Amino acid sequence: MSTPALPEASRLLAELIAGCFPDARGRFGPFGGRYVPETLIPALERLERGVREHLHEPDFQAQLTEQLTSWVGRPTALTFAARLSARWGAKLWLKREDLAHTGAHKINNAIGQALLAQRLGARRIVAETGAGQHGVASAAACARLGLPCTVYMGSIDMERQAPNVGRMRLLGAEVVPVTSGDRTLRAAIDEALRAWVSDPRATYYLLGSVVGPHPYPYLVRELQSVIGREARAQMLAATGALPDAVIACVGGGSNSMGAFHAFIADAAVEMIGVEAGGRGAGLGENAATLAFGRPGVLHGAYSMLLQNEDGQIRETHSVSAGLDYPGVGPEHALLAAIGRVHYQTAGDAEALAAVRALSECEGILPALESAHALAGAECWARANPGRSMLVCLSGRGDKDMSTLQQTLLGPQPS
Amino acid sequence: MSPRERIAHAIKSAAASGEPALVAYLTAGYPQREKFREQVRALAAGADVLEIGVPFTDPMADGLTIQRASLAALAQGVTLRWILAELAASGALRAPLLLMSYLNPLLAFGVGRLAEAAARAGVSGFIVPDLPLDESSELRAALDARQIALVQMVTPVTEPQRLAQLCAGSQGFVYAVTMTGTTGRNVAVPDEVLAYLDRVRASSPIPVCAGFGIRSREQVKRLRGHVDGVVVGSALVEVLERGEDPTPWLGRLRS
Repeated sequence: MSTPALPEASRLLAELIAGCFPDARGRFGPFGGRYVPETLIPALERLERGVREHLHEPDFQAQLTEQLTSWVGRPTALTFAARLSARWGAKLWLKREDLAHTGAHKINNAIGQALLAQRLGARRIVAETGAGQHGVASAAACARLGLPCTVYMGSIDMERQAPNVGRMRLLGAEVVPVTSGDRTLRAAIDEALRAWVSDPRATYYLLGSVVGPHPYPYLVRELQSVIGREARAQMLAATGALPDAVIACVGGGSNSMGAFHAFIADAAVEMIGVEAGGRGAGLGENAATLAFGRPGVLHGAYSMLLQNEDGQIRETHSVSAGLDYPGVGPEHALLAAIGRVHYQTAGDAEALAAVRALSECEGILPALESAHALAGAECWARANPGRSMLVCLSGRGDKDMSTLQQTLLGPQPS
Repeated sequence: MSPRERIAHAIKSAAASGEPALVAYLTAGYPQREKFREQVRALAAGADVLEIGVPFTDPMADGLTIQRASLAALAQGVTLRWILAELAASGALRAPLLLMSYLNPLLAFGVGRLAEAAARAGVSGFIVPDLPLDESSELRAALDARQIALVQMVTPVTEPQRLAQLCAGSQGFVYAVTMTGTTGRNVAVPDEVLAYLDRVRASSPIPVCAGFGIRSREQVKRLRGHVDGVVVGSALVEVLERGEDPTPWLGRLRS
């Protein structure tokens, strides 16, 4: 539990490639584990057994593939961004998760876990949501399978993502406002965990990112890794080569983990995770956990955290609600510590500029989250002229219209 | 007597009367930081064991009362360092002290120096609700060096084999959570809860205290003979919140 120095980065990378992580204790090197109240231990053990029994079993995979194909709309397209490539000076390829049903990658995980919950005999699903995308995806997946769904959402997020609240309700979910704590994603996770603690036998907690206690970081990674698997094959088919870099945004880290996973063993492929730099480097001004955090335990896992010197969790800021989270998945913490993925930040202003650039040049309105990856891609392009990059366009930007009305479309600051 | 033996001894001595021992919980520095030492002295006189809550921003096992108390204490600048300094300055108390803290504030303080600082403050044990036995070896080893207890919790959904492991691994007492859920909700103590507590007691070589949702004399009476002690948390925090004297309230729980 002390600060990991990781002198054995190359051994850990070899073990990671060999599939040793998570290990039997749910660890990715020093990170991960299961730090939860005792009441949840039997539920997590049941889930772990269920994952082992069903997730890679052919019948389950066939059922999942059928839903991903006929309902989610997979495989999603790979788009060459010709005009933006010309402007930035490097070849930009987009993995179009914005085209997946409900408008973001979150559906890959939601339908997979909902199918698993059904097999495990769950009578009710609870989920948390920040930007509302995971909430909408969970509500849709539960509607599809006929499972009752309750979504916990911070009251601040309910205001800034009001259209998604309406979507969830239309999809039959109960949306519960969370007025405790910071009233955003973090408080919503706390409240979903409390709901689960209250009824651990019949409730399935459909966690939306590669965070939380073991086996969630593993389960969500497995369900999202379809992004990188498809993209890798699509790049090879389209260009005959792998990209020189894979770039994705990182909040909790599910779209990026899904994009990176298939490329971990490709040593020549550089990988870049882009965190929310918000308004700057000060405490509370950003949500860049790997850039500014220290190791600690929150929401069931040992990972990097934005916290003060007393171990209290810091409030975060990002223009993008989906990245506005003070923790990060434990596998990202390992990838950062061993240097396999390079993590950098993009601020609010850079993300907004990237929304404009992609919209104007390619006719695609990206989510504010995904715009952080595009901002990182522009930096990389300027430094690597002529080379190729694959960006995970994790979601579409329609949900962000009210923020965009107040920023890009609003009165310009003088 | 070692610190952890002091806890078990205090519970057994009190329970010898036939009434369960009283373990009183307060969130440190709530409702007023400057009243902390006074509250500690009063509760240490009125209860048999004192459990002091270290506030945390994300108390996921706690209900609304302790969430509210924790955030208010943090807003007044309460930290683990401050709590330990205040306790060290409080002098000897009749009742043994435990700290109840989520793991992250302990990690930030430094597991290496925690045991020594806790010993200096007169702390006999720790309850860490988000640290399961399986993840506890590092903290356990650090506390062992000072004979400080690490209390394990068991719950109504704990499987029999794990129940035995948790009872064998717990120190000071076994904290038997009375229900699935967060702290503070009133529970009726149905027969199956009593049967569960009897199972815990049969598995445990050390005293068993029941907690979560205990608010009334009726509940305490119902639990008599099934546990060695009861933990009162949220209800007591609410008494302190209203500015009432906790001593008569604790007395009414006993008779």
